[in-house]
Amino acid sequence: MMVRMTGAEAIIECLRREGVEVIFGLPGGVLLPLYDALYSSDMRHILVRHEQAAAHAADGYARATGRVGVCLATSGPGATNLVTGIATAYMDSVPIVAMTGQVNTGLIGKDAFQEADITGITMPITKHNYLIKSSRDIPRVFREAFYIARTGRPGPVLIDLPRDITVDELEFDYPEINLPGYNPSTKVHQLQIRRAAEALMAAERPVIYAGGGVRYANAHEELFQLATRLNAPVTTTLMGMGCFPTDHPLSLGMLGMHGTKYANLAVQEADVLLAVGARFDDRVTGKIASFAPKARIIHIDVDAAEIGKNVRVDIPVVGDAKIALTELLKHVQQRPWTEWNEKILSWKREYPLRYTRDENVIKPQFVVEKICELCPDAIIVTEVGQNQMWAAQFFKHKDPRKFITSGGLGTMGYGFPAAIGAKVGRPECEVIDIAGDGSFQMNIQELATAVVNDIPVKIAILNNGVLGMVRQWQTLFFGKRYSHTTLGDVPDFVKVAEAYGAVGLRATKPSEVEDVLREGLASDRPTVMDFIVHRDEKVSPMVPAGASLSEILELES
Amino acid sequence: MKHTIAVIVENKPGVLTRISGLFSRRGFNIESLSVGATDNPAYSRMTISVEGDDVVLEQVVKQLSKLINVIRVSRLDPQESVERELAIIKVSANKDTRSEIMQIVSVFRARIIDVSPRSLIIEVTGDEKKVDALQQMLRQFGIKEMARTGKVSMVRGSKVVQAGP
Repeated sequence: MMVRMTGAEAIIECLRREGVEVIFGLPGGVLLPLYDALYSSDMRHILVRHEQAAAHAADGYARATGRVGVCLATSGPGATNLVTGIATAYMDSVPIVAMTGQVNTGLIGKDAFQEADITGITMPITKHNYLIKSSRDIPRVFREAFYIARTGRPGPVLIDLPRDITVDELEFDYPEINLPGYNPSTKVHQLQIRRAAEALMAAERPVIYAGGGVRYANAHEELFQLATRLNAPVTTTLMGMGCFPTDHPLSLGMLGMHGTKYANLAVQEADVLLAVGARFDDRVTGKIASFAPKARIIHIDVDAAEIGKNVRVDIPVVGDAKIALTELLKHVQQRPWTEWNEKILSWKREYPLRYTRDENVIKPQFVVEKICELCPDAIIVTEVGQNQMWAAQFFKHKDPRKFITSGGLGTMGYGFPAAIGAKVGRPECEVIDIAGDGSFQMNIQELATAVVNDIPVKIAILNNGVLGMVRQWQTLFFGKRYSHTTLGDVPDFVKVAEAYGAVGLRATKPSEVEDVLREGLASDRPTVMDFIVHRDEKVSPMVPAGASLSEILELES
Repeated sequence: MKHTIAVIVENKPGVLTRISGLFSRRGFNIESLSVGATDNPAYSRMTISVEGDDVVLEQVVKQLSKLINVIRVSRLDPQESVERELAIIKVSANKDTRSEIMQIVSVFRARIIDVSPRSLIIEVTGDEKKVDALQQMLRQFGIKEMARTGKVSMVRGSKVVQAGP
């Protein structure tokens, strides 16, 4: 029997049916009917202080849990404030559904108060988006939106909700999905799988290059089996971090601009490169023309458009990484440990990730190592810049859903709100945002959200008082002309934390780092740990932008 | 190199924007695009003419196929397809030039669809080269206005590009 209800009630019902537990949002005029319906439902809503944080929190929630994250913002400025968060999710293929308020349908196009064409604005940064023109369409659109967001290559979907459709009544009926133009591939081409298996078995110097697609497909176990059966070394992208344990003998760590020297050397020497759920981003490949020059390239990706987009591919496999790797495993046998493996071990001994220890000044790498030592099972979220690269390099990643970072868009200000989302999704886990003082200040207001909603995330600021990564480039490529990268007197983060009602701690000497971390990790409240580090510390090694992976520099601090 | 693709899309508001936005965002060079409803009013057919090498064409096809409102994308081999374009051209004419223009129109098997003391409107259909050639011939008299539809194309024989299986 169909039930009559208002559009707003129908939206809540759709969210309930899609299994949504929490919405990150901020109300506004046109959303009043929806917020009124929310008030009488048992749906959890977390009130943020800026809509950008709502989008990042939904994204962090999605990455940590594997479920679809949901955010809500009002029309006009509320909607446009979501844009950075939606673009971040789009670049990293994160399933979120963003709902935005819109002016009454009769006012659309009239430049009404707080009107913005948000479907037009977000068309290039969403997997799909909708402007609902009639309350009758609400159930169908919500069903499609969640289905599109989480299937195939995941991604953000936006639903724009004019005020009047949330007030109008409808007969609620949740229809079946009918999307003739959308058929996410669930099968793989058997001939291509056999060709891939043959190439891998014939390889003398195989390398596996795994990306975020492995995580989204939950294919890390299949990846592990394949790598160990082939004795093939595995390098991961930033997004693929944790899909293969970094302390395993076959692990090469990360490749690319700030990847390990041995990962980059291995890729350049490989005769077969198997890319799984990775998209040959320029930060990974360096100069395309000289990327993996000796290798036949096998590319497994659920998105056919990724294959051949950036590099020539010899053996394309379109399909979900878990299905493709499962099929591949049927055709490959155990390969012995070879000279290639020995060669890689010798590179690993020769060019380890390293930094100069110091008794007087806190080294940021040391802080990351200590976090890993004290809390190896934490969900690590990062901001963007040097902090992000040190977190990638010096934490021992072993779980695919425990490293959360803005890879594709490189969004400063992402980490803290994403950490809030991750903690809401997985409250049993310790969630630590490894931050820079620059990035943290981009969404510092969310301290209020964390405190008021009692979300005990921990923020470890690697505080160097500068926009460190940009400054590093100025040091190396612009003759130390530090144009506008010095933040000057950064605020006293301990006092800021306390002003918001959070806990603030500080370490200024290496000897204090462990105590601050122990105290911070023991805290059951949102806690800011301010580590004063040296401003000239660099992320090393480094492949300069546009250079070949062979031209990797080892930098001294 | 020029390629022609036929795209069957859902006949919904905003779909054209999604298609044209995709081209501009990805840096594809779109030469012409024509749209009209199919026999089934739920779907529209676009004929898109794209400039680029085979790698570009492959990306265009794959990226278009990703759009939720796109049902089918098909490359049309020019050797196996019929291609037509319609143009209407308003050309200056007076009693001295009118008969010469009419002769040219007749040679091209085009039609005159409007006559006034100082101008003629000419309708022509044909492949791109024919329309170009007529345009070239009429230029000497003074083209006052012209509207071209862009190419529409269809594979010869019984093979079809349509929404269904």
